[in-house]
This record gives sequence, C-alpha cells and structure tokens, in this order.
Amino acid sequence: MSVLVLGIGNILWADEGFGVRAVEAFDRLYAMAEGVDLLDGGTQGLYLVNRVAEADRLLVFDAIDYGLAPGRLKVVRGDEVPKFTGAKKMSLHQTGFQEVLSAADLMGRYPRDIALIGCQPLDLEDWGGPLTVPVAASIEPAIGRAIDILAEWGVAPVRRAMPLPPGSGLLANDIDWTAYERPRAGTG
Amino acid sequence: MGIETPNGFKLDNAGRRIVVDPVTRIEGHMRVEVNVDADNVIRNAVSTGTMWRGIEVILRGRDPRDAWAFTERICGVCTGTHALTSVRAVENALGIAIPENANSIRNIMQLTLQVHDHLVHFYHLHALDWVDVVSALSADPKATSALAQSISDWPLSSPGYFRDLQGRLKKFVESGQLGPFKNGYWGHAAYKLPPEANLMAVAHYLEALDFQKEIVKIHTIYGGKNPHPNWLVGGVPSPINVDGTGAVGAINMERLNLVSSIIDQAIAFTEQVYLPDLKAIGSFYKDWLHGGGLSSTSVMSYGDIPEHANDYSDASLKLPRGVILNGNLNEIHPIDLTNPEEVQEFVTHSWYKYPDETKGLHPWDGVTEPHFELGPNARGTKTNIEALDEATKYSFIKSPRWKGHAVEVGPLSRYVIGYAQGKAEFKEPVDKLLTDLGLPLTALFSTLGRTAARALECQWAAHQLRYFQDKLVATIKAGDLSTANTDKWTPDTWPKEAKGVGFTEAPRGALGHWIKIKDGKIDNYQAVVPTTWNGSPRDPEGNIGAFEAALLDTPMADPEKPLEILRTLHSFDPCLACSTHVMSEDGQDMATVTVR
Repeated sequence: MSVLVLGIGNILWADEGFGVRAVEAFDRLYAMAEGVDLLDGGTQGLYLVNRVAEADRLLVFDAIDYGLAPGRLKVVRGDEVPKFTGAKKMSLHQTGFQEVLSAADLMGRYPRDIALIGCQPLDLEDWGGPLTVPVAASIEPAIGRAIDILAEWGVAPVRRAMPLPPGSGLLANDIDWTAYERPRAGTG
Repeated sequence: MGIETPNGFKLDNAGRRIVVDPVTRIEGHMRVEVNVDADNVIRNAVSTGTMWRGIEVILRGRDPRDAWAFTERICGVCTGTHALTSVRAVENALGIAIPENANSIRNIMQLTLQVHDHLVHFYHLHALDWVDVVSALSADPKATSALAQSISDWPLSSPGYFRDLQGRLKKFVESGQLGPFKNGYWGHAAYKLPPEANLMAVAHYLEALDFQKEIVKIHTIYGGKNPHPNWLVGGVPSPINVDGTGAVGAINMERLNLVSSIIDQAIAFTEQVYLPDLKAIGSFYKDWLHGGGLSSTSVMSYGDIPEHANDYSDASLKLPRGVILNGNLNEIHPIDLTNPEEVQEFVTHSWYKYPDETKGLHPWDGVTEPHFELGPNARGTKTNIEALDEATKYSFIKSPRWKGHAVEVGPLSRYVIGYAQGKAEFKEPVDKLLTDLGLPLTALFSTLGRTAARALECQWAAHQLRYFQDKLVATIKAGDLSTANTDKWTPDTWPKEAKGVGFTEAPRGALGHWIKIKDGKIDNYQAVVPTTWNGSPRDPEGNIGAFEAALLDTPMADPEKPLEILRTLHSFDPCLACSTHVMSEDGQDMATVTVR
C-alpha cells in the first residue's frame, strides 16, 4: 500500500504556507513508516495529479476557510474532501487541487482513502510574512491528527530520537521555516 | 470616446462594459474589462492583475546562492525556469563560469519544462477553449477512430478505446462532478468542432495527464527531486557517477538511459498526438483569426538554450534573441539587458509609487512600493471593484517597455523572430503548417498562430532534448564528469559589490532577474516576468500591451459568455501568480461575467 502525505500552499504568502510548513515539521519530528511518502507540493496544481493517482491513501495539509477562529483545525474525510472548495475558496491553488482530485478520478485512479487536515488562516496577504501565531501554534496539533489517521491506516510514524536540524529536511536553502522567518539585516 | 494609441490601436470606451474575472485557469488572478459596440465587437480592453509583488522584499539580506530556492516558490508552474534565471543572474554578477555538462543538463531541465508546460497548457488549459467536452458525449466512437487514424499513427485509436473513454466521461459527467471541465461554456456558438474531434481531444487530454508522470522524471533525475528540483550556483547539484549503481542523487548510466527513453516518448507524443490535434482543431477555426496582439508589430525574445556553456551571444543561443519593432521583419534589434535605457518598468498606470512617474526604472534600480488607489471614474470599492478607470492606475502589474516600446513575448514572438532571421528550424515548420491548413503567413499573427507556435516549439524542444542528452552522454564518455565550478563558491572570493542579470525564455516568454549584491548579501532583486510584458497596463505615452491589443476588434457571439476573450488571453499562457493575487476572497470558480 502506498500513502502520500501532501502539504500544499505558498510559503511566500504567510498562512498560505501552512500545508508546506506542516509536512516540513512532520518530517523533522517523525520518521515515516515504509510506503509512506511526505511531499512538499507547493502550488504545483495539476502537476501533482500523478502523485495523487499513484497513492492508495492520501493525507493533505492545507489552509482552508471554514469561517472558524484563526488556527482552528478541521479534519475532513472521504467523500467530503472534494467539496471543500465548494465552501469559500482562499486561493486558486485550491481550485487547482480540487481539479487534481477530479482529474485523478477521471483517470480512474482516485485514492481509496482521503483525509484533509485544514487550518483556518488569519493572514494570507502578508507577502513574505511569517505564519501567524495561531496558525504556527496549530502545526503540532495538526501533526497529532495526522498521526492518528496514519495509525488508523496501519502506518503510524515513529518519533525521531532527535528532530532533524532545521534546513536538513524537506525544505533547505534558507526557505526552511526557521531560516525563512528569521530577522535579517537591512530589512524591516 | 475614441482615441488612437501611439502604437497604432483605436480604442473606444463608449459601448457596454463587460467584466471577466478571473481569467486564468491556474495560478493567480487576472481580470479583464472590455467595451463592446452595438455589434458586440470589442472596442476597448483593460487588463489588470490584482496582486502586488516585489520579491526583493523577501530576498534582501539573504545569501545570493539561495535566491533560486525562493524564486522557485513564486509560481507553481514556472518553478524551474525562475530557479535557472536566478542562478544565471548570480553567476553573471560574480563572474562564475559553469562546466559544459552543467550547461547541457540545465538545457535539458529547461527544455523538459518547455515540453511539459506546453503540453499541459494546451491540453488542460487551452484546448477547452476550442474543444466542447459535452459534445464529445454524442460522438460516434467508430467515426472517432477513423478520424484519429486518418491524422496520425498513434496506436491508441481503436473504436473500443474511444467507446470506453466516452463511457467513463459519461459516468463522470452524469455524477454531476464535471471536475476539471466545469465552468466551460459548453454548447457555445463559437465551438466549431464535430463531436468526434471533441472526443478525440478529450482522450488526448487524459493521455497528456498520464504522460506527465514520465516527463517529470527527468527533473527528478537531474534536479534530485520533483517538484521543486535543486539548483546550484556554479553548475548543477547532481554529480555524475557513470559506474554507480543506485547511489543517492548521482547520475549513472541507468538514469541516463531512462532520460533517453523518456525523450523518445516526448518526441513521439508531440509528433503523433499534439501536432496532429493542433492541425485538426485549427482546420475548423481557420476563419477565426482574431487576437494578433502585438505579434505582427513588436515582439521580443531574450533567447535561451546556449549551445556552449557561458556563451550567451546571439550565435550561441538556440532560441532566437532580438526585438522586432513596427512590423519591420527586416531588422532585428540587438538586446542589452544591462543598458539602463533598454528594459525599463513604468508605473503611471500601476498601483505603485515612483519619485518621477513619467520615467521608467531599469530593474537594477527597480522599486516596488505599493500605492493602491482607484481613479475618479472607477466604480465600486477597493475590495469590490465594479469597473476600473484605465485613465489612472488600474493594475498591480508594472509596464515594462523596451526602449519605450510595448512588445509581445512568448512562443509566437520567438517564432516570428526565428522566421525573420530565416532560420530553417523555425521557418520551415511554420510554412508547412500554414500550407497544410491553406493559410497565408499573416494568419500566424493571431490567437491561433500563438497556439500553433507553442505546439511547433514543443516539437522543437523535444528534439533539442535529444540533442543535448546525446551531447551530455558523449562528453561523459569522453571522460569529462565535471558538473560544478566551486572556485567562487565562498563569499570571500566575491567583490564587495556586484550586479548581474540572468535571463531565460520561459514557456510563456522572456524572463529576467536582475540582482545587486553587497557585502555577500542580496541588496536588490527584481524579476520581470513574461506575463508582465504581455499583461502590462498602459504606459505614460498611452501604448497598450499585448493582452489589451489582442482583444481589440474581436466579435463576440454572446457577451454574457465571453469564450472569445478567454480563448485569446489563454493563448498567451498567462501566469499571474508571478504578478498578481486574489482580490475577492470568494474567488469565483472560473470566470464570472458582469455586463454593466
């Protein structure tokens, strides 16, 4: 069985980066079970369809607007997932992702199980800004939800004895969460 | 009121105003407003991007060697091409020469992106402007098979294949989940294909989706991962270890052979599916030759795909370089991206502030200071604009100009320049396509011409992939395994201050990054993206950009269903994440149309 854990969003637009930061943090803290792939999907849209189509089970982290308090998590499962963009849309990459799911469906290769861990953003307009405090605080709880779902699927991850150092995991070259948000000389 | 722009277009904003928002199917927001006359012909066009950007805000104070990783995040579609432009800009600033193998591998990465992007753009974004998906449900699978076999040797063409596909499509549509096909103007009078051609195109839509999984492997092999492949200032990150077996990240013989086989598939798919489809679809739209934009007057290409490492001269660049102005195909102007008088960005009609807005700024001195205000004749509010006032500031896109001229960029511009240079590899396929369709050369300057140039370029790029892959293998076999030059890797080898420019031809047109480095850190960084050139608002002289020009004089069958507008704007393959953002948080599904 193959499982894809996918984070989507744009790290350059503050809370838009939730999904990507979540998989980055997940990878630093946990080693995945065999057959589980962690993927920073960025804003790849339709380019992700083959990865989705190849997965038996799909777990997605993304920023979603359900009109909740900022930072609140919402887990959506199964048939309800494609409908999430039917709610209020935040950005076109979500439209893109819904298209990815339905394109996979049309190809006849829809994942057997889908779960979405959504987080209500506070600020999507702050170009170059950090994750806001409530959204940053929800990353670890979001990972907790992901662990439960993966355990249910029989592929629980294992906590690393030591977290991977910042910048050595999924995101490097100064765009890892820690480096990206650090204060820099000559700015501000 | 009617006016004529300095670049020769007549504008009249007296008629009904139609607002289409947003226009793109992917990546970011773009909006267009047009005025139509009593016969529903477009007489004025206003194109706007609704997101401010300014990558310098994020890059200032960072290590220039990491800039590519940030620019790769600007957009989900153009990732690699931004990264390549970025490493070239840094190398140009610091005087770093890359090895020949790195040049070949970078060309392969860039050409792979061209092939992938052109295929995805055509089948998944643009074809639906010509192909009526719902009509495909009434096609006769046997007749579809006969049609497919009459235009190509592609093996997936039996009646049973099309019958199965039609069954799947029917089930999909009946489930109420149109998915990627929702929001189409199905049944619109501007659709001209018979049901069988529509069904064939839908089949190839799915095949192209499937082919993506092969083509991206090239990025995984040479870039270490995909999406978001790795890049390196000074070369490429993956070492070559010909005898290695399964070494992590290293390029070995097995992987080189895999790339080679994928290139063969790319050539086959382009020649047996994409081009025959383009020709078949085009043959039904030969009388729809609107949307020429600036292609018959002013076009620009920076050039790309250097034959020799570090040689960015016109002679070395395999994609043509130069500017054509005022339709004079006999003169190709040379480009100097470092000359402060050539590329300049203006903001008289953009929501930014300059100290003196009558003048443009060269990107090295570029600033991005937002200044969002609606003009006196705009209607609505800042968060809900009903109609823009194009006499004032009306877009978050700047207006780049070359020596003051508005120019069009993209595959059609590259082909027009290559054609004007008399280069057989560009001229002959164009002439053949036009002859096969029974069209004159002037037909090239149209929406359909833009779409055709993209298909021809996809074929060209697939063959160039073969060329550079063979060149790479030959160099490796001759014993040269070098992929990176690290002589100037550490900042202590750099001058205190430096500036540079990097350029590529992205799938959608000329892309440049301008960098200033000070004390080992980024001091300024400006990206001028293709959609900024094509989608620019007016400049201080009143010249209009390619999007606005392309919409003029187009008749609309039904202004409430602006298929003709989408068709022409999509033909540019606009990428607005590079230049714009969501304004309405309710982000409409695809395009809403308001007639005012």
